[in-house]
Amino acid sequence: MREELFASGRNIPNIDPYLNIWHWQIPIYLFLGGLAAGILFFAGVFTIMGKAHKMPATVKKAPMIVPFALIFGLFMLFLDLKHKLYFWQLYTTIRLESPMGWGAWVLMIITPISLLWCASYIKEFYPNWDWKFKFLNTFEAWVIKNRVIVAWPMTIYAVILGIYTGILLSAFNARPLWNTSILGPLFLVSGMSTGAAIIIMLSDDHKERKIMGRIDILLIVIELFFIVHLFMGFLAGSEAQIDAANLFLGGKFTAPFFTFVVLLGLIFPAVLEIFELKGFKVPIYVPAILVLIGGLIFRFLMVEAGQITRYLY
Amino acid sequence: MRYAMAIDTRKCVGCSDCVIACQTENNVPLGFCRDWVVEVVDGTYPNVSIELRSERCNHCDNSPCVRCCPTGASHFEEGGIVLVEHNKCIGCGACIQACPYDARYSHPEGYVDKCTFCIHRVREGKDPACVSVCPTSCMYFGDLDDPNSKVVNMLKNRKFKSLAPEAGTKPQIFYLV
Ligand code: SF4
Ligand code: SF4
Repeated sequence: MREELFASGRNIPNIDPYLNIWHWQIPIYLFLGGLAAGILFFAGVFTIMGKAHKMPATVKKAPMIVPFALIFGLFMLFLDLKHKLYFWQLYTTIRLESPMGWGAWVLMIITPISLLWCASYIKEFYPNWDWKFKFLNTFEAWVIKNRVIVAWPMTIYAVILGIYTGILLSAFNARPLWNTSILGPLFLVSGMSTGAAIIIMLSDDHKERKIMGRIDILLIVIELFFIVHLFMGFLAGSEAQIDAANLFLGGKFTAPFFTFVVLLGLIFPAVLEIFELKGFKVPIYVPAILVLIGGLIFRFLMVEAGQITRYLY
Repeated sequence: MRYAMAIDTRKCVGCSDCVIACQTENNVPLGFCRDWVVEVVDGTYPNVSIELRSERCNHCDNSPCVRCCPTGASHFEEGGIVLVEHNKCIGCGACIQACPYDARYSHPEGYVDKCTFCIHRVREGKDPACVSVCPTSCMYFGDLDDPNSKVVNMLKNRKFKSLAPEAGTKPQIFYLV
């Protein structure tokens, strides 16, 4: 039998039983980042492929919510800072070693790109829109003509943003649950899947919905595969990682994880989408909303559980 | 120069004087601490063994807290002392997540705070507060590069360990066992 006790000092309410420093804001930040990355990725890819006209919701409608999602996400991050007045220092330093640092910079780059993208489509929604200044009109005309040039960096940065939402967690070797390189791809795929869900909800073109539905099924399958991989990796790892995995395999996160993320957030919506493709009448927003809720809960669980996992005590 | 500490777990009686000394010396707010004492009990009665450890920031050589800090507020000072510059810290908490020893806490004023090895005392040639008050003199502070320092002497003659070396942080607090 082995028991560790804090004889002094540490048995104080402000630090122990565990230092839970990140709260609900961080999972929302990660969720919105992933979702925005997903939408921008699809908008960029279909534009590069020259299929923009066939995918109106993907390329035009869905990206309209991206700047809001990104700015709201950054606001969430801001809310979780404890020394808020010093926020600006995030943007006076470039530290590539720090995921928190370069992630903030990626957001600083991709938010204007997404705004540019939306601005170039705004006249399709408000035909009477006027930019007031001549140079803005000229600039808009240039973007509209050269969308592919904008689509390339947008797609690349979308992928970086999606991966970043996972790397922000996986860079911490002190938290065994997060410290696995699969988290980057896993969060990327999950973010893309939530992005696809938004597009499916906004689309009223049957063909587009079918394409995005197929893509979403594929993404969900990849995600499930990554999740299996994640736990296989843990179970073959050190004791700290086995303990981390056990939080989800019998421990206190098992029920919410398997119910809301795996079953209701992945398997069930995938089955519904397959049924829809087969021609059954399924209200499309049902699988889409399930995917979104599943993605959000997944991030909440990962952030919460990760902070409990540790090497000592 | 490389500052380090050796702490004798066989001499420590768990009185927590080091904790109080640190809180007083560094004005640590109520309800928080920069060092603490852990009591590890092994075995079942009557065959039990107890280890007492006074713990604090390990001023790691390969410190993840410095690496992940987005503003450079967490940084190295002379002798490898890891310090947080309060008015550069945005309170993002990344370093708290990064530390395998939970050595950092969020100060009520917003910035992150932790053990400084009492750098203000060390610069005056004194020992850190915890070391200087220990009634059993079980802590030794000094420069690992100085062959005559007490730390080097202790580490040469005694068996020692560090905490969670598997986390890859290269901690610089050594526990004599
Ligand atoms: S013990 Fe923690 S806070 Fe101190 S240097 Fe190591 S990682 Fe950083
Ligand atoms: S909380 Fe402060 S010291 Fe810690 S990583 Fe963030 S900015 Fe750096």
